[in-house]
Amino acid sequence: MSETTSEPVGEPKGGQKHDGHPGHDHPEEHAGHGHGDAHAHGNSPHLAHHFDSYQQQFDAGKLGIWLFLLTEVLFFAGLFCAYTIYRAMHPEVFVYAHYFLNTTMGAINTCVLLISSLTAAWAVRNAQLGQKSLLMLNIVITIACACTFMVVKYFEYSHKFHDGLLPGPRFHPTEQVWEVESFKLKHPEAAEYAERLAKAAEEKKKKPAAAVAIVPGTEQPTFEKPTEEQLEPLVKAGLIGPLSEEPGGISRPKDAHVFFSCYFFMTGLHGIHVLAGIGVWIWLLVRASKGQFGPKYFGPIDYAALYWHLVDLIWIYLFPLLYLIH
Amino acid sequence: MTSMSILLALASEPKLPKLPDSPYFWMPPRVSTIAADSDFLYEAMTWGSAVCAAAIFYAMWHFCTKYRAKSRAANEVAGQSSEHNTALEITWSIIPLFVCIALFVGGFKGFVDIRTPPKGAMEIRATGQKWKWLFTYPGLGTPEDMLHVPVNTNVRIVINAVDVLHSLYMPVLRVKMDAVPGRYTDLWFKATETGDFPIFCAEYCGTSHSDMLSHLIVHPPGEYETWLSNTIAKADSVTGKDRGAMLYEKQGCSTCHTTDGTPKVGPSWKGIWGKSESMTGGGSVTVDENYVRESLMDPQAKIVLGFTPAMPTYKGKLSEKDIDGIIEYIKSLK
Amino acid sequence: MASPSTTADAVAPRSSPGDDNYLTHDKGIASWAFTLDHKRIGVMYLISVLCAFALGGTFALILRTELLTPGHTIIDHDTYNQMFTLHGAIMVFLVIIPGIPAALGNIILPLQLGAKDVAFPRLNLASYYLWITGAVLMLTSLAINAVDTGWTFYTPYSTTTSTAVVPAAFGAFVLGFSSIFTGLNFIVTIHKLRPPGMTWFRMPLFVWALYSTALIQVLATPVIGITLLMMIVERTLHIGIFDPALGGDPVLFQHFFWFYSHPAVYIMVVPAFGVIGDIIPVFSRKKIFGYKFIAVSSLAIAFLGFLVWGHHMFVSGQSVLAGTIFSAITFLIAIPTAIKVFNWTATMYKGVIHLDTPMLYALAFLWVFTIGGLTGVFLAVMSVDVHLTDTYFVVAHFHYVMMGGAITALMGGLHYWWPKAFGRMYDEKMGRLGAILVFIGLNVTFFPQFILGSRGMPRRYYNYLPEFQHLHMLSTFGAYTLGAGFLLTAYFLAKSLKHGKIAPANPWGGTTLEWQCPSPPPYYNFTKTPVVTQGPYDGYENLVYDEKIGGYLPRPNKAEA
Repeated sequence: MSETTSEPVGEPKGGQKHDGHPGHDHPEEHAGHGHGDAHAHGNSPHLAHHFDSYQQQFDAGKLGIWLFLLTEVLFFAGLFCAYTIYRAMHPEVFVYAHYFLNTTMGAINTCVLLISSLTAAWAVRNAQLGQKSLLMLNIVITIACACTFMVVKYFEYSHKFHDGLLPGPRFHPTEQVWEVESFKLKHPEAAEYAERLAKAAEEKKKKPAAAVAIVPGTEQPTFEKPTEEQLEPLVKAGLIGPLSEEPGGISRPKDAHVFFSCYFFMTGLHGIHVLAGIGVWIWLLVRASKGQFGPKYFGPIDYAALYWHLVDLIWIYLFPLLYLIH
Repeated sequence: MTSMSILLALASEPKLPKLPDSPYFWMPPRVSTIAADSDFLYEAMTWGSAVCAAAIFYAMWHFCTKYRAKSRAANEVAGQSSEHNTALEITWSIIPLFVCIALFVGGFKGFVDIRTPPKGAMEIRATGQKWKWLFTYPGLGTPEDMLHVPVNTNVRIVINAVDVLHSLYMPVLRVKMDAVPGRYTDLWFKATETGDFPIFCAEYCGTSHSDMLSHLIVHPPGEYETWLSNTIAKADSVTGKDRGAMLYEKQGCSTCHTTDGTPKVGPSWKGIWGKSESMTGGGSVTVDENYVRESLMDPQAKIVLGFTPAMPTYKGKLSEKDIDGIIEYIKSLK
Repeated sequence: MASPSTTADAVAPRSSPGDDNYLTHDKGIASWAFTLDHKRIGVMYLISVLCAFALGGTFALILRTELLTPGHTIIDHDTYNQMFTLHGAIMVFLVIIPGIPAALGNIILPLQLGAKDVAFPRLNLASYYLWITGAVLMLTSLAINAVDTGWTFYTPYSTTTSTAVVPAAFGAFVLGFSSIFTGLNFIVTIHKLRPPGMTWFRMPLFVWALYSTALIQVLATPVIGITLLMMIVERTLHIGIFDPALGGDPVLFQHFFWFYSHPAVYIMVVPAFGVIGDIIPVFSRKKIFGYKFIAVSSLAIAFLGFLVWGHHMFVSGQSVLAGTIFSAITFLIAIPTAIKVFNWTATMYKGVIHLDTPMLYALAFLWVFTIGGLTGVFLAVMSVDVHLTDTYFVVAHFHYVMMGGAITALMGGLHYWWPKAFGRMYDEKMGRLGAILVFIGLNVTFFPQFILGSRGMPRRYYNYLPEFQHLHMLSTFGAYTLGAGFLLTAYFLAKSLKHGKIAPANPWGGTTLEWQCPSPPPYYNFTKTPVVTQGPYDGYENLVYDEKIGGYLPRPNKAEA
């Protein structure tokens, strides 16, 4: 209970301070105290009837939005918890799958969201100072950044759909991990070995009965068995190991699709929040164009900006957890 | 009662297990070594609670009669009494605290006993599936539908499930453990009395959850081994239609399929052979060897119209001999 | 000065039907459907919750009738399974969780704070319509192919059964948001809209209880939201988070589920503590014993409630260590709960006790909650819980706490605030008869279930061994008594709306602020914001009963002073 009655801003009902002051029995005298805002609601189109002052209304809204953000954090916390548990259970899946994510696109999106957070914060200042055109400009930039984010996300998603990187039984990757650029960049030798091993395995399948050695024209009918050192990146990537789908051979780790379940669920839910944010900002843009915000009344911009910072913050966690850590 | 007489009794009335009469009011009879411990705590709490509740109810009744207002109009004023009393409040906080600590320690000790199987315990596998318990014994290829154990022997049951959650519950032993698909759990006990006791499924698992019953048969010394060797010999020798009939009972087919023509969860087997059945999602299939085999290995592949896809797969659980036996058995049900 | 009413004109002796009050302020369906008035939203909640209670109760009676005999009595396996699932889901998500906070709390909380409304009236209305949406979704499931998973939605059963799980789970998801918004609204209202002079320790216990409840609603409900969403996605897209066949973990679902649903138990029962804390002093004409402890212990219970979810899972395969920690913390909750019961009982000592209907319900609450609480201790003892979990013992325990605790308190609060909310008195004799029937019915229904459970009868059983039949029959007859009690109550309460005596502003002699405005309250509650100069249960001696109006008025000579 940190909140006590002596806290000045949170003090309900105008200027009334403490419990037992006798003589405080003329409530109407106190009603207009506080911040000098007009008490008569007739002059205050944005003051709801059940609040005594703009300050009280603003404080209530602010506490409300913080509580709402708390529920949002807990909502995502369930997913982060699931992520942590699966990461602990199947680390190899996360190492394997992160190669398929496009770090550049993720980084662009991070930048875009950070810029939008800045303009959102700036918009709050504009509203407080009553700078209507600057306020509208900043809201427009915020919306533009949010839309850019969604467009980039669209390209990332469609790419994954195309490559069969989908959750659950629909998981049929068209590319092997060693064919992915980011894997090649990181472990060039391992990628090469893996490719050769895979080719050899394919050849073997096509022509059984030791045909591999006889075929003329193959530049390397048999290749030296890779050393353990060379294979290490493959083992690390979960391509070889007891948890692979085909133990002993090179293949992807078992249950690799769980990563994409997490990926789509977490980024999808975040995307829905971005879309909701775009809706809110458009609504506020309309209200701002009517000149509704000023030094007395800027709560909605403030609340929307807080929400937007949270959406940003969640992405700041999602980006490293999904794209960078391995 | 010897185990042979129990088995004879079961043969005549095979379905429902019976909870034997108990010398205790609250609890079923105690048939395991841990039962006495957990019952002691239960009894202590029952008496303790009765005393606490009686004290509170008496106080309530006493206050309500003694201090009852004559009428609203009398406008009586309450007598002077303090609105809090630190000594009293501390007393009635500390006493429950100590009681709780004692109960926690008792419960913890008992729980560790229940959850720690002794070394060298005999192992039996239990598998929960909709809606049948199957028990696999060392040296016996086909699972049995009842749990047979020797008396005064440590037994560890390793439990898993094939479809959804189940829970193996034997009230007379005071043990229970969930069966979770995809992982193994276990429980152990040492039965102290011979007899036939009920086994329940205690985790809700769908339509026939309440019929997922089985028998715990505790054999007198020596008879368990006799039973096991007889069963092994019998299981290997039975073939054809008789094998099918045996599996029908023991593999849980009877939970969903009748042999008298009434549909249950699945179609009845009576007269189904050679019939052409309409399928969910269109088309029809003639019930022949291939369809029966497919239904056992991949039950969800083709569902007869009007039934739900509830059957678990028997892939890996039935040998070729078993499948042939079931086919022969269905053929015989005209 | 010590008079409870500092704004004398607020204590109108009676409100004649012609007066402007919140019920008559606007007319027409739209004026209700789009109202932002907390009292009207509360009344709409109340009606909806009581309808849901009638539906859930009907299911319960059918279930009990089915259990009269082993095997088939009136319905088949699947119908039984669907019915107990819907009985549980409706009672938990549609009745008990919103019952006291959203229905009674919406009507009473701003009045007790001397406020004109809750902090966010639009959000309040939105929360009501979310409730309606959730209810419609649940009924959709009933219409398609009613869900049969049990209200717990355990995976993998819920992701594989052929019944309509998605609408029901999505309904629960939506209802979660309804609950979050109510909680959020109440927290802000209590923080920001308290009247001059109302310090934290001058808040009525009902406000304290709603505050603790709201904290749990805000902190726990999002987790069930995301869990149900994951379960729905698992079922539709097979993403493999909970499905063992795809590498998932079904026990993880149980952890997530109980992380919400154990705190949810306190969402259900803590508001009941608040109602009882308000009723007992008023009907004993005496200050509550140990006010501060009762107030703060609600918060303590709310906090500890977050740390004990694993005690639902002693036999699920979780580690012995985890079980031990959960068991230990569970015992910690027993202590503040026990002390609350002692405090309520001690309040009656040397009081002037009026045994009117609300007080009878409060006494019934003390009785059943004592039994429910004590049997909870049995289940916290791990070795005993191994035998008792998932049997009728658990069923009896949580019905004693939920049905006996939360619903008895809801009924008590309903009778206590009925004159305030609707401006009419109900037939007191009928009220007492109803309370006695409910009390007897409760005990006859649920006490035999303790015996059934400890003798080994598992829960959620359609069929049972013939050994258990006698106790099941007894329980069923108890359920009929309970049903009769509620039917009688519904009848005389409905009748009082038209034919009841006009209620005075303060029929019971309460000193909390809601009794200072007329019954029913005017549209804006208080013409002048009341100023609080004393504790919520102070000043009973300054009220006198006036037989003409059938209610209390301030003692004349003193009030002028």
